[in-house]
Amino acid sequence: MSGALLAARHPDPRPGRVSFAQSLRAEWVKFRTVRGWVIAMIVAVLLTVLLGIFAAGNVNIGCQNGPNAPVLTGRACTPRYPIGPGGEAVTDSYYFVRQPMAGNGSITVRVTSLTGLHGGGNEHAAGQNPLAGMSKGVVPWAKAGLILTSSTKPGAAYAAMMVTGGHGVRMEYDYTHDTAGLPGSVTATSARWLRLTRTGDTITGYDSADGRHWNLVGTAQLSGLPATVQAGMFATSPPYTVSTPGVIGTSNQSGPSQATAVFDDVTLRGSWPAGGWAGDNAGSGAASPGTGLGYYRKSGTAVTVSGSGDIAPLVAGPGSAGPTSTFEQPLAGLFIGLIAVMIVGTMFFTVEYRRGLIRTTLAADPRRGRVLAAKAVVAGGVAFVVGLAAAILAISIGLPRQRNQGSYILPVSTLTELRVIVGTAALVALAAVLAVAIGAMLRRSAAAVTAAIVAIVLPFLLAVTVLPASAGAWLLRLTPAAGFAIEQSIPNYVQAPAVFSPAQGNYPLSPWVGFAVLCAWVAAALAGAYILLRRRDA
Amino acid sequence: MTVEATIEVAGLRKRFGSALALDGMSFTVQPGQVTGFVGPNGAGKSTTMRVILGLDAPDEGDALVGGRPYQSLPHPMRYLGSLLDAGALQPSRSARGHLLWLAYSQGLSAKRVDQVIEEAGLADVARRRAGGFSLGMRQRLGVAAAMLGDPLILMLDEPFNGLDPEGIVWMKGFLRSLARRGRAVLVSSHLMSELEDSADHVVVVGRGKVVADISVAALLAAAADGRVTLRTAAVSEAVIVLDRAGAAVTANGDGTLTVSGLPAERVVMLLSRSEVPFSEVSGHRVTLEQAYLDLTRDAVEFRAEPATEAAP
Repeated sequence: MSGALLAARHPDPRPGRVSFAQSLRAEWVKFRTVRGWVIAMIVAVLLTVLLGIFAAGNVNIGCQNGPNAPVLTGRACTPRYPIGPGGEAVTDSYYFVRQPMAGNGSITVRVTSLTGLHGGGNEHAAGQNPLAGMSKGVVPWAKAGLILTSSTKPGAAYAAMMVTGGHGVRMEYDYTHDTAGLPGSVTATSARWLRLTRTGDTITGYDSADGRHWNLVGTAQLSGLPATVQAGMFATSPPYTVSTPGVIGTSNQSGPSQATAVFDDVTLRGSWPAGGWAGDNAGSGAASPGTGLGYYRKSGTAVTVSGSGDIAPLVAGPGSAGPTSTFEQPLAGLFIGLIAVMIVGTMFFTVEYRRGLIRTTLAADPRRGRVLAAKAVVAGGVAFVVGLAAAILAISIGLPRQRNQGSYILPVSTLTELRVIVGTAALVALAAVLAVAIGAMLRRSAAAVTAAIVAIVLPFLLAVTVLPASAGAWLLRLTPAAGFAIEQSIPNYVQAPAVFSPAQGNYPLSPWVGFAVLCAWVAAALAGAYILLRRRDA
Repeated sequence: MTVEATIEVAGLRKRFGSALALDGMSFTVQPGQVTGFVGPNGAGKSTTMRVILGLDAPDEGDALVGGRPYQSLPHPMRYLGSLLDAGALQPSRSARGHLLWLAYSQGLSAKRVDQVIEEAGLADVARRRAGGFSLGMRQRLGVAAAMLGDPLILMLDEPFNGLDPEGIVWMKGFLRSLARRGRAVLVSSHLMSELEDSADHVVVVGRGKVVADISVAALLAAAADGRVTLRTAAVSEAVIVLDRAGAAVTANGDGTLTVSGLPAERVVMLLSRSEVPFSEVSGHRVTLEQAYLDLTRDAVEFRAEPATEAAP
């Protein structure tokens, strides 16, 4: 052997420094030649998929369309929800006192009162009258005011100016858009004037506290409005929801509610060919459970309008209209895959310290920043593939399963679906890079693995289980777990009546902001690892 | 780029906490010979090697490989192959996997990996987990890794550790063959005897600095100090004759006398003229180990050497 090792003095075929591609290739070989790590990655995918599917459980949904109709189960029971102009599922049910308006014009009213009744889950025991057993009180998102809509069909484009039970004056349009106007509640001494103006496709909303000084609240572009629209007064009131904090999470109870508003000083401008008001349940109101709660009454110049329902985007969870679920729900098991990925990510660095292999690595490639970068890219790249495979598998298995059980999956745009899937992969990749950086800093496997999991998985688990929603929300704002927000497909609409909490998959930060928080943590950890690697003896 | 096959270490100082690991370490490793780097555990040998590889930063001084800092060498393992710790392996990675990532990091191919596996005699175990290797097999794997880039300079830390007698013979022959081909070889050991028959030059260190930097031939000659060994049955006659000629004679007790102060030819002439019978006259031979002990007998550094290894 002695001579043979020297047999061929080979010239350097690729002179120059160790290129980054060579460092990457070396680190990739290091990764793939440890079978345990490769197996752990496969296990990470499987655990994520299985936990995600079984966390959803076996839901048995049954339904009966009428007293003598056969009992249906599963897919046959999937409710149908109207789809808004933006493609999202919506709740669109209100009492509408309307007349057609041709071309441009405006409508102005004064609202002198908004009152309400609500149940708490016991009212059905009181008998046929839906009002029996209800208590006085207006729910915070009870809405009454002016609305201008392309039609009374469910999911139609609209713009509305309204007073609310607890959120002041709002201008809303096309379900998902909401702008605040004058604050405060409507009372006899503090009336609100509202105005909607149409100019072509542009609808402008104004409010006023005295009928003389007007404030612009917002404008809405409703493309493709017909020449003649339906305009008038409306009232609606979403289900009343009580959340009781429990030992673990919160329990929720809900029941129907009703809002009643009194309007006067109705001023119409433009062309109103019908010459009089007609009242009916609009949107999907005809089929909604609150049908019996809608009516209108005229006395002199005053018009009283009562309604039940909501005009808002549909969201999942308590307070929502039915057994709905989100696109990202099958990803609920991601945290367990993340633990596996982060253990391997930290070990990718720490085993080299444990064995003294780091000296071999740095003798082969003395530029330490590049060794760190190569390890981060390899671990991140592998983790990205793991995250992508887990997300695609979990969603493509989990969603059809939920649909077959009768769940309604809230539709989102293809772009959002892509963001959730690729974002999940990126979340796993960043977690792996964070783990590598922590491993480089702490050098010991046990300490580094613990730190990595405490940094990202623990805050997530605490927030979605035992912590009160507000404390959990702070964890999900400040820790690397903020990155989980990238998975949320339905925004936290303020105007939707659901209970938003981390346990329901609602994150306090918007997807990209949460993702940016995680990126900032990863960047900081990499910087720390770089400085320590450079400064310390190997 | 031309890099000469030298290592120059100049004035290295390094402190680990309160322990002074290197205290002005300076020496040069020349091409075409095996340089032994000898000293007790804790003398600073491993620390010096880590400084040469840019792994540890010295507080003072420089270590240059072919006139350049190791970190500035392109594909450094093509210039300097090193083996610091044969146990520095990921236990679950195969021998081949270990060599493969090293090869790729130097822009070398998998073909070169298979070549060194074959040449290191690891072909049968190349796909086994390195964690199951004996220390001797790990040393072979470590040497194979160091030789991947066919470097001009080879630096091995205690390569004889764990080798069986056959392995030691092989290692010595391997080191000599490298030197014959003009490579510079630096081999550390805490036992001078391991370097017998392989080192051409020794750098003896203690307490972080060089105690002696000398060729093995000169070291042995100095230790022999012109003494002559005489084997004779007529001890008293021989002592009288040689004493009269001005030589100092000591009896060794095994039928031999050690004569100093006279060259061997003169001893033969005097004994023959006086008809004193003798069976052998030869130059006094010392082992490298004895020469090392002679050399270090007076060096205070070697007394009460702290037991702690200076490296962290």
